[in-house]
Amino acid sequence: MSGSNELSRRDFIKVTTGIVGGLIGAMIGLPSVYYLIDPALREGGKDAWIPIGKFDDMQVGVPYPFSFTRVQVNGWERTASSFGGYAVRKSDDELLILNSKCTHLSCTVNWSAEAGAFLCPCHDASFSIEGGVLHGPPPRDLDVYEEHRLTEDGIVEIFFKGA
Amino acid sequence: MWKTVYAWLDERIGFDSLYTNLLDRPEPKTTWWNTLGSASMFLFILQGLTGIFLTVYYTPSPDHAYDSITYIMEGVAFGWLIRGIHHWGATLMVLVVFIHMLRVFFTASFKFPRELTWLIGIGLFLATLGMGFTGYLLPWNQKAYWATTVGTQIAGTVPFLGEFILKALRGGPELSALTLQRFFAAHIWIIPAVLAALMGLHLYLVIKHGESHFPTKED
Repeated sequence: MSGSNELSRRDFIKVTTGIVGGLIGAMIGLPSVYYLIDPALREGGKDAWIPIGKFDDMQVGVPYPFSFTRVQVNGWERTASSFGGYAVRKSDDELLILNSKCTHLSCTVNWSAEAGAFLCPCHDASFSIEGGVLHGPPPRDLDVYEEHRLTEDGIVEIFFKGA
Repeated sequence: MWKTVYAWLDERIGFDSLYTNLLDRPEPKTTWWNTLGSASMFLFILQGLTGIFLTVYYTPSPDHAYDSITYIMEGVAFGWLIRGIHHWGATLMVLVVFIHMLRVFFTASFKFPRELTWLIGIGLFLATLGMGFTGYLLPWNQKAYWATTVGTQIAGTVPFLGEFILKALRGGPELSALTLQRFFAAHIWIIPAVLAALMGLHLYLVIKHGESHFPTKED
C-alpha cells in the first residue's frame, strides 16, 4: 500500500474504531463527569429570618450567645447544620451580631469573660469583643450578620443567607 | 520531541513488544465467535467503572440502600444512565460469558494444551454468577430481598454443612443489615479481586497458547 493514497483496510478499521469508540466514550464519559460533580452544582439552603433572642436580655458589654440549626435535604437524607454567634450590645440601641465561626479554619469561637475575648480552641486565636483579631492566625475579623431587625415583640432576628 | 520521549519509555517499558504480543499476535482464521472473550473483558471493565461510579452515592445499609438508589435514579444527573448500564451490563455479561463458554466447548478448544485455561474459565463463569447474585440484593427492594432469601435457603440445603453455609452467607440465621453489608463487600471487593486475578491467568494462558484452530472434518 505504500505510495498509494488509498486508505488501507487496516487503517480504515483503525480510524473507524477510533471514531466510534471515541463517540461512545464521550457519550458515557461526559455524563459520568456531570454525575460526579452534580451535588456541587446544586443550590444550598434557603434564605430566612432567624429569631435569636429578646433584645432586653442582651446586656451592654456581655456578648449574648445564640445558636440555630438549618435543616436541608442532602441526597436521601435531611441534614441539620448548626450555626451560632454572639449578639454584642454596644449601647442602648446599637447591636453588633457576630458569627462565631472562626475566620481561620471554621472552628467555633467561645466568649471568655476571664480573657475578655472570643477564644478559638483550635489554633489559639483570639478576637476582641467587637470581633477584631487580637492574636493568632485568622486572616480577618469575625464575620458579622449585617442584616438584622427588631420585631414588635422585642425579638432580634437576623437574616440568614442560604448558600 | 514526542518520538524521543516514546523511544526513551519504550526502551524501559517495551511498548512495542507488548503491542506485538498482546494485540498483533498471530491468529488462525477466526470468526466473530472468537471475540466473545474480549467482549467479556470489556463488559467486566464497563461494570467495574459504572460500579465505582455507583458507590459514590449508594449506601449499603437497610435504612438507606433503597433511598440512595431512588436518589441515583431520580436525583443525580445521569444517575439513571450509570445505573442502567450497570444493570443491563450485568445481564449481558452473564450471557456473553456463557456463550463464550459454549463456543469453547463446541469448537473443542478446551483440549490439550488448554485444559487449565478452560478450568480457570469455569472459575470466571462462577465468579460472574456470584457477581450477579450478590449485586441483586443491593437495591434492597422486595425482589432483591426475597431472591436472596430463596438463594441463600437453597445453599442451606447442602447436607451437613447447609446450616453453616446459610449462616455464613447471611451473616446470621436471617437476612439483616449484616447480609447486605457482606454481600456489598463481596460484590465490590472480594469477587472482583478473584475475577481480576483469574482473568490475568486466563489471558496469560490465551496469549501463551494462542487461539485454537476451529476443528476441521478430519478432526
